[in-house]
Parts: sequence; structure tokens; C-alpha cells
Amino acid sequence: MRFTTEQAVAWIKRANERIQENREYLTELDQAIGDGDHGINLARGFREAVTALDRGGLDDIGAVFNQTGMTLLSKVGGASGPLYGTAFIKMGGALKGRREIAFSDLAQAIDAAVEGIGMRGKAQPGDKTMLDLWEPFAGFIRGCEHGVDLKAFRDMCENELERIKQLQARRGRASFLGNRSIGHHDPGAVSSWYLFDTLCAILSESGGHDGDDH
Amino acid sequence: MKKLINHPENVVRDMIDGMVLAHPQKLKNLPDTTVLVRADAPVHGKVALVSGGGSGHEPSHAGFVGLGMLHAAVAGEVFTSPAPDQVLAAIKAVDSGAGVLLIIKNYAGDVMNFEIAAELAAAEGISVAQVIVNDDVAVENSTYTTGRRGIAGTVFVHKIAGALAEQGAPLEEVQQVAQKVIANVRSMGMALSPCTVPAAGKPGFTLGEDEMEIGMGIHGEPGTHRASIASADTIAETLTGKVLDDLQLQTGDRVAVMINGLGATPVMELYIVYNKVARMLQEREIVIHDTFVGEYMTSLEMAGCSVTLLKLDDQLAALLDAPADTIAWKKR
Repeated sequence: MRFTTEQAVAWIKRANERIQENREYLTELDQAIGDGDHGINLARGFREAVTALDRGGLDDIGAVFNQTGMTLLSKVGGASGPLYGTAFIKMGGALKGRREIAFSDLAQAIDAAVEGIGMRGKAQPGDKTMLDLWEPFAGFIRGCEHGVDLKAFRDMCENELERIKQLQARRGRASFLGNRSIGHHDPGAVSSWYLFDTLCAILSESGGHDGDDH
Repeated sequence: MKKLINHPENVVRDMIDGMVLAHPQKLKNLPDTTVLVRADAPVHGKVALVSGGGSGHEPSHAGFVGLGMLHAAVAGEVFTSPAPDQVLAAIKAVDSGAGVLLIIKNYAGDVMNFEIAAELAAAEGISVAQVIVNDDVAVENSTYTTGRRGIAGTVFVHKIAGALAEQGAPLEEVQQVAQKVIANVRSMGMALSPCTVPAAGKPGFTLGEDEMEIGMGIHGEPGTHRASIASADTIAETLTGKVLDDLQLQTGDRVAVMINGLGATPVMELYIVYNKVARMLQEREIVIHDTFVGEYMTSLEMAGCSVTLLKLDDQLAALLDAPADTIAWKKR
């Protein structure tokens, strides 16, 4: 399987649509255990990221991810800005100058993003943060060299999101709630799921096991 | 949502423009940013103090920009940390070569965004130090969590570190005195009614007519518990008791007291709270060096208050008493 610059651009655009559609929902999740700005901030940042991509002039995957990361870093704010910004900047760095990559390269880039998120957020697995979905997703992508099985992906995410929901937050504003954070979705994990879901849909369209388009 | 705004997306921009128009002799806005700096920045030969965070806490932080306090305040969207490029712009605008101290409230977003900015500034050869304020005793401190939140006590850090910077002390000493304030300041708040982030359009939480939230954070984050509304004296006892326990004050200790309104609390009620706080301190023979009653670190239109105690030594007391000339803190 291959991943191209055009697919990278398509991913960011489709992720933006999903985030715009779910802006209120993400904000509601954040109102329950955070400060209620997650949907608002991500919607603003991804809209700007797409505006920047529409200006064109980028012809490799690294540049697309790097520009997206820099835009998110400066336009999202809050905690998600540095975390999503770092994730995309790390992926951009790993794929610098590459126009078309193999799946193993994409997997490596996502590994770099996971490492960046952990470092920037000083989070550990199990802290109930977006990292708790990024790590299993990185593992999933590593096993996808023969294509993406959308059903397997969605089952994995469903299970992981449910697992994360039952964790007690130990980082970020939700950690102030102590055990009152248990039973609530982590907004960053849910928005990460939108990113991964749109990516996997794009990957499966280019020849995965599961061709159905959601 | 009923607010005196034009458009939810423009509240920060419109506020900043209004502040500069109201106080042109004190503040200027760096072009294309949400940064407000001292009108005379950079101040030659002096360490510059930069703070900021999400908007909605006014007068924090731009209200404390001026002689003897901050050199720049970076305003994020409402309750959202500003991005690193904004913080970096502030650092570069106020650095006179003597270095810059970042005063950060302890929230994951603020810490990350300010730290990225500090890394970028250091790469450009600017000396940057930082302190993280975590005065809220409502939240349990633990190595497994983000730790305590920064709330109204932050303003004492601005005042005291700002006074030392104004005297021409080097960056290391300004950072040390800021740390000393942080080590000696504790706060706790409570809310009677919620607040609405303009872009969200509805309240972040709800409280029943007869309910209050003890330990409420300044972004509407839940506190320690919900309880039935009680008298001002009882609430003052709860908040002050927790602060006193944590600070472990002894007879004869000197303190500065801040009774901070969260945005929709009548000044009358703040003084009613202070009446009890002062009596509690007197009973314990704790010396009240100075008292500040009013709005310092608000939470939009939330009703409620926080109580802050700062334990003073001679150095901190002298710096607290030093001159300041800002929109929201004046001392001759």
C-alpha cells in the first residue's frame, strides 16, 4: 500500500469536516471534564489548516504535515494546540521531502508523533489523554502493510475509547476532578478518533480490505 | 446567552482594542497579535515579566501591565491558552537584554504553549526563565496529576516579582522571589452561579438555585464538592480554613489578604466575606499587613469569590508595598 501527498491533503480536509460537524459534541465532552473549549479550538485550528492548504504550493507529504502542525500550533491554543501541532510537526519531520510513501513509513511517522505527544504533554499511557488512543493506533497501522481493514479499525477504536472512558485522568484539567473523571470520554481521544477514522477511510479507499465508504 | 458583545469570535480582539483606546499612555498592542505591552517597552536594563493565559479573567492579565508589575500580557481566546507565536512575540517585544521571566498559571495548555515559546526565544539568544503558579488548595497536589491550579494568587506574583524587576535585580533573583511568593501563597474559591464562554453559547455547568460549588476553578472546572448554599460567614470559614491549614500559619505571622470576586459578585458581598476572614485571622493572632478586596482574577460572569493568603517576610512585604502603576493595581 502507498500513501501520497494528495491523500495527505485529502485527510486534513476530511478531518476538518468531521471536526466542524462535531464541534458542539467535542465542546460538550470538554465541558463535562475540562474547560469546554475543545471543539471550538480544534474547529478554528483545522479550518485555518485547510485554508493554508488551499493556498497550495506544497508538493510533499512532509510539507503538508509540517504546515498543518505549525498552523494548529498557532491557531488552536489551549492544550490541544501544542499536542496536535507537535504530532503533525513530528510526522512532517519524519516524511520530509517524500511525495509517496510505503505503509511502513507512515507507521514510523505516527510513532514519531506518539513520542512527540508524550514528550510535550509529559503524559504516560493510562493517564486518560489522547496518547491513550494514539498508541494503539500506531500499533494498528504497523500491522496494516497489506491494507486497512476498516471494521477491525473501528472495533479497535470503539474498544479503546471505552477503555479510556473508564480511566481516571492524571494529566490536564480533567485530572483536577480525580475519580469524578471516570466514566467520561476524554475529548482529545475522541477528536483523535475523528482524525484516525478519516485517515483509515482514505487508506481503505485506495485498496484496503474493506471498501465500504462511510 | 445574553452578553454585551458584537460577535462571539471577536470578543478578545474588541476587548484589546478597547483597552488600548482607554489607556494609550499605559498599553500598546503589538501589531497582528493579542499581546499588550507596556507603552514604554522594552524598559532598558530591566528584567521583563510576561504573563498571560486565556481571556475571561480580566483584569488579569493586561490590567497588571505597567510600572512595577508586568511588561506584557498575552491574551488567548476565552479560557484558552494563547499559542506559542503570541507568547514569543511578547518576549521579543519586552526583552531589553536583561532577560524575561514568564509567569505561568499551572494548566497543561498554558505550560506547554509558554514552554514552546521559551524554547523558541532561547534559540534566538534571549535569556528566559519561568515560574509556574499553583496556589489553589482545592485541588489535591500529587505527582500523578497536573498538580494544583493557578488562580488569584498569581497577581501577588506579578506584583512582587515586578517590583524587584523594577529595582533592576537580575533575572535569577527575580525568578527566585517569584518562587518565594508561590511557596507562600494559597487560595481557594467557590461559585454561586456558572459562566458562559461566548463561543460556546451556554453555561459550562449548572448549579441549582440553592446550590454552590466549593473549590470551583476559574474556568468553571468543578471543585471539591457541591453543597447547599450557606451563609457568607460559613463559606468564608470553609475557604479560609483550608487555606490556613495548607499554609500552616503561626501566631504572629504576617499576611496579605485578597478577596477576589469572580465577575458577578457585588463588592458588598466581598466585604461581607472579608469581615469574617479578618476576624478569623485576628482570632489566630495573624497580622494583616494589607488587604485587597475586588476583582483581580475573574471568571467571566461567574458569581462567587476566592480567598487568597500570602505569608510575608520583610522582603515580600517591602516589594508588595513598592510603587506600581497599572490599570488594576496602583500603589504610590
